[in-house]
Amino acid sequence: MLEKPLTSHIRADGVPLTLREYELQGGYQSVRKALLNMTPQAVQAEVKTSNLRGRGGAGFNTGLKWSFVPLDAPKPKYLIANADEMEPGTFKDRLLLESAPHQLIEGMIVSAYALQADTGFVFLRWAYHTAAKAINIAIAQAYQAGYLGQNILGTGFNLEMHLHTGAGRYMCGEETALLNSLEGKRATPRAKPPFPQVSGLFGRPTIVNNVETLCCIPHIITHGAEWFQKLSLTADAGTKIYGVSGKVRKPGLWELPMGTTLRELIEEHAGGMQDGLSFRGALPGGASTDFLVRDHLDVRMDYPSVAAAGSRLGTGTVIVLDDKTSVVGFVRNLIHFFAQESCGFCTPCREGLPWIEKILQAMQSGDGRKEDIPMLELHTRLLGPGNTFCALAPGAMEPLQSALKYFREDFEAYIREHASLEHITV
Amino acid sequence: MLTGEEIIEIEKAIHVVPHRQAACIEALKIVQTKRRWISDDSLKDIATFLEMSPAELDSVATFYNLIFRKPVGRHVILVCDSITCWVMGYEKLHEYLQAKLGIRHGETTQDDRFTMLPNPCLGTCDCAPALMIDHDLYRNVTPEQLDEILERYA
Repeated sequence: MLEKPLTSHIRADGVPLTLREYELQGGYQSVRKALLNMTPQAVQAEVKTSNLRGRGGAGFNTGLKWSFVPLDAPKPKYLIANADEMEPGTFKDRLLLESAPHQLIEGMIVSAYALQADTGFVFLRWAYHTAAKAINIAIAQAYQAGYLGQNILGTGFNLEMHLHTGAGRYMCGEETALLNSLEGKRATPRAKPPFPQVSGLFGRPTIVNNVETLCCIPHIITHGAEWFQKLSLTADAGTKIYGVSGKVRKPGLWELPMGTTLRELIEEHAGGMQDGLSFRGALPGGASTDFLVRDHLDVRMDYPSVAAAGSRLGTGTVIVLDDKTSVVGFVRNLIHFFAQESCGFCTPCREGLPWIEKILQAMQSGDGRKEDIPMLELHTRLLGPGNTFCALAPGAMEPLQSALKYFREDFEAYIREHASLEHITV
Repeated sequence: MLTGEEIIEIEKAIHVVPHRQAACIEALKIVQTKRRWISDDSLKDIATFLEMSPAELDSVATFYNLIFRKPVGRHVILVCDSITCWVMGYEKLHEYLQAKLGIRHGETTQDDRFTMLPNPCLGTCDCAPALMIDHDLYRNVTPEQLDEILERYA
């Protein structure tokens, strides 16, 4: 069962294992191994060698991210699990949080040891009530078993852990906005530098990692970096929890080798398209990724391959566009989300996104004009990377710019139909 | 006035952070759980307790989608309106609820039973469309099931 390390111990009914049951399946071994036999530096080195990349969407090398935390800085230092899963079309962390909470706690203990952090927070989105219960129970059991608290396993290493549930805002998933939210502020992004590794939560060194990323850590430490790399089909190491949603026969989540093709996900695991529908395109990893189309079905779903195809792996949860769904409506729904969730902190995002939504709305209601397409294209540049404070608006531009590239005729048709209607009424 | 129970819970939240103000979102949620929403009076009481100005606390309270600064009904229906639920036809659920309850998004039924609100992706896209009532998640919902589901909430 080692080829599915993250999910093989998850029960079919999804009910989380108790700490004792989890231990019997090999759980918490990595805590013993790391704390009793390895230095923090050695744990960091193992993770760096494993080539684990962040599963939250950005894909930054986890070991490298960790290496910017000054190990000798005085405490407190913080480790935060980003469990604010709110990227539209993304539902992978929910599984790990609800059904494998001890794996996350184990990953956080080992990671905190590697970083010499003394306080951990799980930042969980409000809507995940089942997960909140599971994590609270797991934390309590870990304290009781001596895996959390003072002098863990008699090593002198201390770690306190808390669950924080959010109050509902997509921005909280952005690393620095999350820190502001944990400090009891509006979730607006911070200027970098300073980076959180040096000055993060309450001005202290802080690491924020995605849930799935942290869940990989126990397995890397228990079985080694080399083993972890071999799980993958490509240069990006490990397995990935992929998902498919939309009008396919069997939407779902599957832990598969990193580098599985988009075709295999959709045709094999998701059972292909529903009857009478054909595949038109897909967002490979959540709402803020560029469309891939039929020509890309054989692209391997890892970071460099999806990037070479002009998109991003993102969260690895695919949203499928079928041939009977309106492209303009699809993109408008995405833009509506981003416009609503924009924190309003910087102008291009706050003003630009509602403007785009209005243009798309006008197209849909038959008021589209020829100038609209160049205007949308202008927005994809003005709201693109480098012009905004954080990645929200540039992320929102990814599905729009790629829809204009691959499905331009759909936008043109909306405008043309309007023109012909107008001609008739005149 | 904050109740004794509220004060105990807020103190617990203050305990895990380095200063009182950092617990303000937690405090808002604690008070909202007991009183359904955050009135101006509640806001002022929490602000005083956390040694912040009401305006400062309100800037936080109004930022978050699920802190309610207006009264809501006994039960809050959150209808997921994000991409996969849209593709899978959430609009039919929304229209059905609108007709059945006679309210639009942001409104409360006259008997104070339900408030309906749009909500971003609930993270259960393989079972779309989805909605939440209070803390209960409903997946693969069809309009036909809604009558029976609503019955469960008095």
